[in-house]
Amino acid sequence: MIAVVDYNMGNICSLGNALGRLGAEWRLTSDHDEIRKASHVILPGVGNAAEAMANLRKLGLPEVIWKIRRPVLGICVGMQVMCRHSEEGNAECMEIFDAKVKRFSEEPGVKVPHMGWSKISNMESKLFKDIEKGSYVYFVHSYYAPLCPDTIATSRHSEMFSAALKYENFYGVQFHPEKSGAVGEQMIANFLSL
Amino acid sequence: MPAKRIIPCLDVKDGRTVKGINFEGLTDVGDPVELGARYASEGADELVYLDISASREDRSTFTDLVKRIAGRINIPFTVGGGISSVEDAARLLDAGADKITVNSAAVANPQLITEIAARYGRQFVVVAIDARQVDGKWMVTTHGGSRLTDLELFSWAKEVEKRGAGEILFTSMDHDGTRNGYPCDTFAQLCRSVSIPVIASGGAGSIEDIAKVLKDGEADAALAASIFHYGEITIHDLKEELLDRGIEVRCY
Repeated sequence: MIAVVDYNMGNICSLGNALGRLGAEWRLTSDHDEIRKASHVILPGVGNAAEAMANLRKLGLPEVIWKIRRPVLGICVGMQVMCRHSEEGNAECMEIFDAKVKRFSEEPGVKVPHMGWSKISNMESKLFKDIEKGSYVYFVHSYYAPLCPDTIATSRHSEMFSAALKYENFYGVQFHPEKSGAVGEQMIANFLSL
Repeated sequence: MPAKRIIPCLDVKDGRTVKGINFEGLTDVGDPVELGARYASEGADELVYLDISASREDRSTFTDLVKRIAGRINIPFTVGGGISSVEDAARLLDAGADKITVNSAAVANPQLITEIAARYGRQFVVVAIDARQVDGKWMVTTHGGSRLTDLELFSWAKEVEKRGAGEILFTSMDHDGTRNGYPCDTFAQLCRSVSIPVIASGGAGSIEDIAKVLKDGEADAALAASIFHYGEITIHDLKEELLDRGIEVRCY
């Protein structure tokens, strides 16, 4: 059973549909035991990082997530709250990845949010098994994790940033694999076979 | 910057994809879910589904369709047609839509943009603007171009951005359906006056037209319907041609 963490952070419809298309059994839950027993844990998230952290704390989830030794995947804001800190709402986060999340600077010709399909490069993880170099994935975000020792894939908007992070059994992706076509589905399948 | 996007648009009536000229003489061009899935596999970057049904009962048919689309399609999709309240938007979000588009209702009640964006985020709100030239000025129209408003295109675009629109879908009613191309100078001016993405719609007759609006018109995306529905241009060929012209599009 895959646990999709329920902490009132946006719509998980597309993620649920993507897991369904892969034939995976999943459950939306904030129950500590269910999350501890899950084969894989996914932390989704759309919205504000400070609000996301506040919701996680209210449910007592950071302590549960820290102790998990099975694969955990944070998506978008779910990845950002696994970093050290976020500029969005000046939020202290879970400190799993060694990165401080920053906002893209608005410059002429650079649109914020970064929304659309961008290439990912420098992929270094089993998460990207069978993914071709220079594949495109779908992003929607105004904040990003800079490059750091935990970076396992990069992308570029106004500057290079971490498209994905990894520390031990914890993975995070800034893009939306559930909306990234066949490439995204392959990545979710790769995560589920970790 | 992300790759330029190619977006097929599907008009839906009574659960079927239809295509007609100015909504007259509608032709059934297939099941919206199957057609959308085909476009996605051919390389479409997003899809737009517009509900052109008239009655309230048809609205629930459309919501069911949105659920089916969300279950099947693995790329982002936008839905629109008849959204006039936050509740309408919420219903479509719950059904699985990634974005909604509002047009006439936003002109009648600009606060609608503010409220939907505040609740669901600006990435969820695409404001469609239809405009045509009147005495040398671009003026906003509503109800499929039939009603002229006193809003000027560029100031309205800036206002919708300020209110929380995440993207603008602009159609020139002087070019829509003509297949003579887009007004590229107007697109370039529009793209420079806002800092959110602009999607070009209405007027594409050829690959050349799309290339021009993405390059000279500086548009972030191009939306088209009939050229794809009738198989005149496949998305694959279009993207190959755009790449040859040095325009970055997603290869898949």
